[in-house]
Amino acid sequence: MITQIDNPVIEIHDLSVSYEKKPVLWDVDMSLPEGKLIGIIGPNGAGKSTLLKSIMGLIPLSSGYINIEGKPLKEVRSKISYVPQRESVDWDFPTSVFEVVMMGRYGQLGLLKRPRKSDREIVMDSLHKVGMEAFKDRQISELSGGQQQRVFLARALAQQADIYFMDEPFAGVDAATEKAIVELLRSMSAQNKTVIVVHHDLQSVARYFDWIILLNMRLVASGPIEETFTPELLQETYGGKLTLLTEISDLIQKNRFPNRE
Amino acid sequence: MVGDAISHAVLPGIVIAFLWSGSRDSVTMLLGAGALGIISTFLIEFLTNKGNLQSDASIGVTFTWLFALGVILISAFTGQVDLDQECVLYGEIAYVPLDTIVLNSGVDIGPQAIYLLGAVLLMVIAFVWLGFNQLRITSFDPQYAISLGISATLWNYLLMAFVSFTTVASFESVGAILVVAFLIAPAATAYLLTKRLKTMIFIASITGILSAIGGHFLAISINGSIAGAMATVAGIIFGIAFVYVRSKTKGDAKITSRESIVA
Repeated sequence: MITQIDNPVIEIHDLSVSYEKKPVLWDVDMSLPEGKLIGIIGPNGAGKSTLLKSIMGLIPLSSGYINIEGKPLKEVRSKISYVPQRESVDWDFPTSVFEVVMMGRYGQLGLLKRPRKSDREIVMDSLHKVGMEAFKDRQISELSGGQQQRVFLARALAQQADIYFMDEPFAGVDAATEKAIVELLRSMSAQNKTVIVVHHDLQSVARYFDWIILLNMRLVASGPIEETFTPELLQETYGGKLTLLTEISDLIQKNRFPNRE
Repeated sequence: MVGDAISHAVLPGIVIAFLWSGSRDSVTMLLGAGALGIISTFLIEFLTNKGNLQSDASIGVTFTWLFALGVILISAFTGQVDLDQECVLYGEIAYVPLDTIVLNSGVDIGPQAIYLLGAVLLMVIAFVWLGFNQLRITSFDPQYAISLGISATLWNYLLMAFVSFTTVASFESVGAILVVAFLIAPAATAYLLTKRLKTMIFIASITGILSAIGGHFLAISINGSIAGAMATVAGIIFGIAFVYVRSKTKGDAKITSRESIVA
């Protein structure tokens, strides 16, 4: 069940990706609406991170193409922002919170140029939004997991992009941070920013997202949450894993038409 | 380890430079060695990134292969000439003051190594100064750098090229032990002492200078090898820093464990 839309902010056409001749994504074809909070859901090894990386141009495509705002990636780089998985970097690297968030400005700075006052203000504003102002001079090796994730988010915010891709921003963070991040994402989508999040926890899917992409190497579904978060489609995504299935049907019952303001 | 690998991998460069120019002039040899040094670092990076080899495996494959190629070239083409990497690689720091540049007017303007390595120093400072942000972001988070449109591959190769070039230029003047020791020991000392990148670079430079001066006087007082004495002093400074940091963190750990018992 794939809902295609007119004037999509992101259009993916016939995308296939493989690692060393082993296919990871098969023939993904979809279009995504602007200003929504979008979740990418699927089991381990389903290619969720791969989908983000291929949209960001980090890995070569076997076939297909991706348009963002109707243009290829190179022309719209400054409008998109990427939050990699927290484990993808070495947190013992000698640098401070402020310096990491400043990296979000490097795309605009270019070679040789030093940050201006306006760049510093944007960095401080981004740190304020994630509640990490007090930590600006900390070394990143002294942060907790939740704080590391907030720093990564602040860095993405400092890019002042229109579209945000986040790889498991809720993995290994405490409940308070998760709540703070969700509120931040909501306020971003209220400002018509498009936020696309790789997500693991089925429990919270219905509460967090407007639109979901169900992925298991091939695209199972893409559409508004009300139409897409159904037992049949989840079963198709996760395969016939029995324990999961009962859990899922419980979940659906619990989460059907959740309270949303 | 890359420094060690480069010291062997440059042999074919030396031979090719000799065959091409027909002279054993050290600048020609240095250019050949420098080119091969850069090629070998590229090859190591390429095998690690694209071939999915472990980095020590790709270093091992690259330098043994290039060294062997150099040996074959020597035995096949330069049989009668005394040529091996000692011509370029095993410089001796004690001879540096003897190899001076004398202008046509007859004025001695000082050791050749000072000009050569001084130029390398200025180039390296300029590179790090201009590319500081790019080097930092591509080392910390290459994927994010790529997503910003900053080529992590390009900066990694540039960095490696500078490491390789510095290594080869230093080999010629001060010899292999000193290069390998000074590539690693001052940086490792600084890494123990601080978590700030700029402070780390500063401490590493100061440690290097102190090791050189300290080693110089140690060598004079014991009338021994200068390179050996300098490397020893660098090792001793690292040891002191290591013991200092260990004792400090141990003290901290004791305090926190006592606190948690009390709590």
